[in-house]
Amino acid sequence: MIELKGKGVSAGAAFGPLRFFRRAERKAVPRIATDEPETELKRYQAASEAAKLQLGDLAEKVRAEAGNDAASLFETHQMMLDDLDFIDTVTKLIHEQRLSAEAAVEDAGKQFAEMFSSMDDAYMKARSADVHDISARLIRILTGTGDPGVPGNGPVIVASDDLTPSETVQLDKNRLLGFVLSGGNSNSHTAILARTLGIPAVICVSGLDRKYEGHPAIIDGQTGRILMEPDEAEKKLYLEKQKQQQEEHRLLNQLKGKPDATLDGKTIRLYANIANPGDLSSVLDCDARGIGLFRSEFLYLGKEDFPSEDQQFAAYKTVLEGMKGKPVIIRTLDIGADKQAGYFGLAPEKNPALGMRAIRICLTRPEIFKTQLRALYRASAFGNLSIMFPMITSVWEVQEIKRICAEVREELTGEKIPYSGRVPLGIMVETPASVMVSDQLAREVDFFSIGTNDLTQYTLAVDRQGVKGLDRFYNPYHPAVLRMIRTTVENAHKAGIWAGICGELGSDPTLLETFLAMGVDELSVTPRAVLSLRNRIRRLDSQKNREKLLAKL
Amino acid sequence: MKTFVYNLEDPLGIHARPAGLLAKEAAKYKSTVTIIHGEKKADTRRLIALMALGLKGGDTITVQAEGPDEAEAADGIRTYLTEKHY
Repeated sequence: MIELKGKGVSAGAAFGPLRFFRRAERKAVPRIATDEPETELKRYQAASEAAKLQLGDLAEKVRAEAGNDAASLFETHQMMLDDLDFIDTVTKLIHEQRLSAEAAVEDAGKQFAEMFSSMDDAYMKARSADVHDISARLIRILTGTGDPGVPGNGPVIVASDDLTPSETVQLDKNRLLGFVLSGGNSNSHTAILARTLGIPAVICVSGLDRKYEGHPAIIDGQTGRILMEPDEAEKKLYLEKQKQQQEEHRLLNQLKGKPDATLDGKTIRLYANIANPGDLSSVLDCDARGIGLFRSEFLYLGKEDFPSEDQQFAAYKTVLEGMKGKPVIIRTLDIGADKQAGYFGLAPEKNPALGMRAIRICLTRPEIFKTQLRALYRASAFGNLSIMFPMITSVWEVQEIKRICAEVREELTGEKIPYSGRVPLGIMVETPASVMVSDQLAREVDFFSIGTNDLTQYTLAVDRQGVKGLDRFYNPYHPAVLRMIRTTVENAHKAGIWAGICGELGSDPTLLETFLAMGVDELSVTPRAVLSLRNRIRRLDSQKNREKLLAKL
Repeated sequence: MKTFVYNLEDPLGIHARPAGLLAKEAAKYKSTVTIIHGEKKADTRRLIALMALGLKGGDTITVQAEGPDEAEAADGIRTYLTEKHY
């Protein structure tokens, strides 16, 4: 038995096989000239046959899960492999330029992809992704790297260095038992996903080697311990721990339906954060009073093209109807920085966190923004919707947003499409600039929601997804961050609006009393944390240590 | 050689999936089937070139079949395009 050690960032324990996440990226393609073009040609032909078989299997799998339409894309890819022009180009490159099979496929793929991406049509541009897909598949076969994703079929503990947001959205959530990462930090998207799903995650694990591929392991998301090939005694210990967790869970379940009020009678709006309509069941299950943050990025990430107004409308409507009149705060798209989608065509940036992201994209490319706003207002007729805008730094941004919202409402009125006349508009307070002018911003909007992850990163000038070793400089308990929160809440109250916290800090048990002392009105947390937070709120007296706590800030 | 002219209805035109399905349909015949749009043309066996025609709803295409079963091929593909609302 071998024990590895890391940092637990999502509680719970899990037992299962460790499987390494396979990247879509691959090793550099060998470009050495070949003396045997015929051998390379045969390798290419064999790879092409293998790729067609893989795609056939994939099509069958998708047909069973999602129907004929979805499956036919893979059949089209199969046919593209038989395309005479593509075959001719690869053959020519092998014969004339003496390229290896993989290098020839790579170059041919690039040629064809470029042809599509230079066309002046979004659908045709997306076809370059199809060409990339088939050439990447061929290269994976030729170089012996597997398909991207989590190998195998059953439930697994996923191991990796770290996962990007678009990699995490592709994961089959039903197969996840837990995460083990050699890198990452407590605010990376993988950690947040783990907490949302209520599965354990351990990060910064040293000695996480590929030799453990497929080995059974116990991971403990609290202590950060990983036991490889555990013996019977350890398995027993693990089962006991699991039993204990179930008991805790049972006790918390008794708090369902109880008010979120402190001992001295102050009621907190206790809401949940979600990332897609699939999370709705966990919100209803944890008895949150509303959704304080619905991240709309899932509609945009891992896609080949912009989601249509109707697709967005359907997703928002599902959540609004599912919440049956309880408040739902949807945040408009927060793409950019660490969340990238290729079809946005964003130029590479040296400092993406300080670049074209979130509301800046929306105000620069209003056609993208208006599609989302139309979908949101149309959905507003089906529930209790509020809209929230990310990454605000200036008052003029909010004024421009309000003007565009008014335009959208006028359009809908003109088209006789129903929408709610009462959709509160709020902003994320997550930049030091927005805190400093929060008195002015408060006069423009209906509510504030403080995004503590970005606020910490921008206040302390530390990258939240940064390199190893930066973790200790990323300190969300820094008085600078806490003072920012306090100022924001005070300015909100002066203007008569409410202020909440929707970042990770909102569920931090050690800060709850401080937040209540500051007068925070709303806490929106991962669904799994709702009941334990309710438990703590109900045991607190918000006045008892108020003066002392505020004096410390 | 048999030819006919067809007006595309589908606003999305003939991108990946419909192009693949059309190529599959054309492969049922021994004849060579060529799609002509303006000055560009593509053999249906050359799927990528067919996709690269960038055909959109409202475009008028000429379909040309040449080979032993050209009459059946032209008829069959015309019916296919009409029924599937291409």
